Amino acid sequence: MAHFPKPAEGSWTEHYPGLGTGPVSYKDSYDPDYWQQEIDTIFKKEWLCVGRVERLGRTGSYFTKEFPWAKQSIVVVKDREGTVRAFYNVCRHRGNKLVWDDYPNEETSGVCRQFSCKYHGWRYDLDGSLTFIQQEEEFFDVDKDSLGLVPVACDVWEGFIFVNLDPEPQQTLAEALSPLSEGLAGYPFGEMTQTYEVRSEVNSNWKLFIDAFVEFYHAPVLHQRQATAEESQKLASIGFEGLHYELFSPHSMVSSWGGMSPPKDPRMVKPIENLLRSGLFGPWDKPDVVNDNQDLPPLLNPSKHRSWGIDSFLVWPNFMILFWETGWYLTYTYWPLGPSKHLFESTLNFAPPENASQRAAQEFAFSTFKEYAFQDANTLEATQTMIESEVVDTFMLNDQEILCRHHHAAVREQVKAGGRPTSYPWMPAPASANGE
Amino acid sequence: MMSDTATLPPGFADLDPFADWALDTWRERYEKRLASSMDEMQAFYDAMMPRLTEILEHCDRFDLQDLPDDARNLLLMAFSLCEASFPVEAWRQPRVPDSGSADLEMVREPPL
Repeated sequence: MAHFPKPAEGSWTEHYPGLGTGPVSYKDSYDPDYWQQEIDTIFKKEWLCVGRVERLGRTGSYFTKEFPWAKQSIVVVKDREGTVRAFYNVCRHRGNKLVWDDYPNEETSGVCRQFSCKYHGWRYDLDGSLTFIQQEEEFFDVDKDSLGLVPVACDVWEGFIFVNLDPEPQQTLAEALSPLSEGLAGYPFGEMTQTYEVRSEVNSNWKLFIDAFVEFYHAPVLHQRQATAEESQKLASIGFEGLHYELFSPHSMVSSWGGMSPPKDPRMVKPIENLLRSGLFGPWDKPDVVNDNQDLPPLLNPSKHRSWGIDSFLVWPNFMILFWETGWYLTYTYWPLGPSKHLFESTLNFAPPENASQRAAQEFAFSTFKEYAFQDANTLEATQTMIESEVVDTFMLNDQEILCRHHHAAVREQVKAGGRPTSYPWMPAPASANGE
Repeated sequence: MMSDTATLPPGFADLDPFADWALDTWRERYEKRLASSMDEMQAFYDAMMPRLTEILEHCDRFDLQDLPDDARNLLLMAFSLCEASFPVEAWRQPRVPDSGSADLEMVREPPL
């Protein structure tokens, strides 16, 4: 029995006719040819989030980002005008990697006045222009102006830095993120600078971890032992129902109720959670930057339900932002490393703690998150190996898994179109230009 | 990495036997958890839990950016308790069940 209302069509899935309700093939999650098509039509054409502007605190602050799936390395830097720029991390002289420390394949960060190649000392200004050639007179027909670092399209939305490997991106960043770009604007991301960042190589296709994080149907089962016995029994018997699902193809979101902020019944929670006033849903006490009186951006808590706990947005193609009612946010990024392997990166972002108690509550939220992530990641490897066995070729997706169905379908549409499609068969046709 | 004899504030001498849990980084705290027996973690948990509220009250008297060393050690022990609480309260084993080879690399964590 539904505890929360569904659309008039009777289900979230059928609200989007054309999305289908049948079993789904997962060959898209291990086939090497399909993986390469995803790289070519999605990852090399879309805006990809590589981090926050807070990582670039000063003029000359930089970090590198490795894109082994494209055989590329990127350096992102704040120039003298304060503009965030991105360049391919390759010296114009003889192709040495420009910025790296100790191990050429590892990411690095720092602050510099200019970039200087380790090999022969060519130097580049923060805007990418070539400023110095060692023994310039030894070269023939040098035109330094034409030998700057090769730029990568780079733009910033609400403090998130995105790059696009397409030399001529199909869309601006704001267009590509629409309607999330407007609908999530104004959230106090910039105030939540107390950040934990973790990463892990996971032996599964990148889409399988997205599948795991765009549905909460698994939570009462896979994570049941994380709750008290009484609470987990209750959760398992009820199962999970989302408050709201919405497709902004190719983006999507799920809105869910949440548990403890603070919990109604102290018996629901474990002893240490009571003492630290924290748990999976983060610290129970909201920071001042997100107090009850503050208006949330329009796309958050779409059902306006009083039990609202979390909204999870998939920012196409591989970035997720999870907004907790308790006043912090999570990000997940999934980088494909091969048909059956990806790099998972996550950040937990809190308002800076004002005292030790707040700091400990955040530390416990991190500890809890990590316990869940371990369970999720290892389960994915178990899934990956078995879908590859091809004993079963199509799989069942229920209404609470609409975003899994949608994400695979949106990937399929983009692979078919060779780039971002202008429409999706399950979405209403965009209003025509003359307003008919 | 702290020494095994990290000093604690006056009034917390009962926690001295557990001062080796005062570890600087999440990685060190997590690895100590994995390397500990359930009996060791239970003893740490049983000693810390009744004092946790007092630990936080003591540390809250100071500017978080300028904690005295002995208070900082206490707070780091509370962070270790966060790690040890899962085996004790939920798993009955040091590792997350069914987590196999899964591991996480901490890229950045807030300094203390």
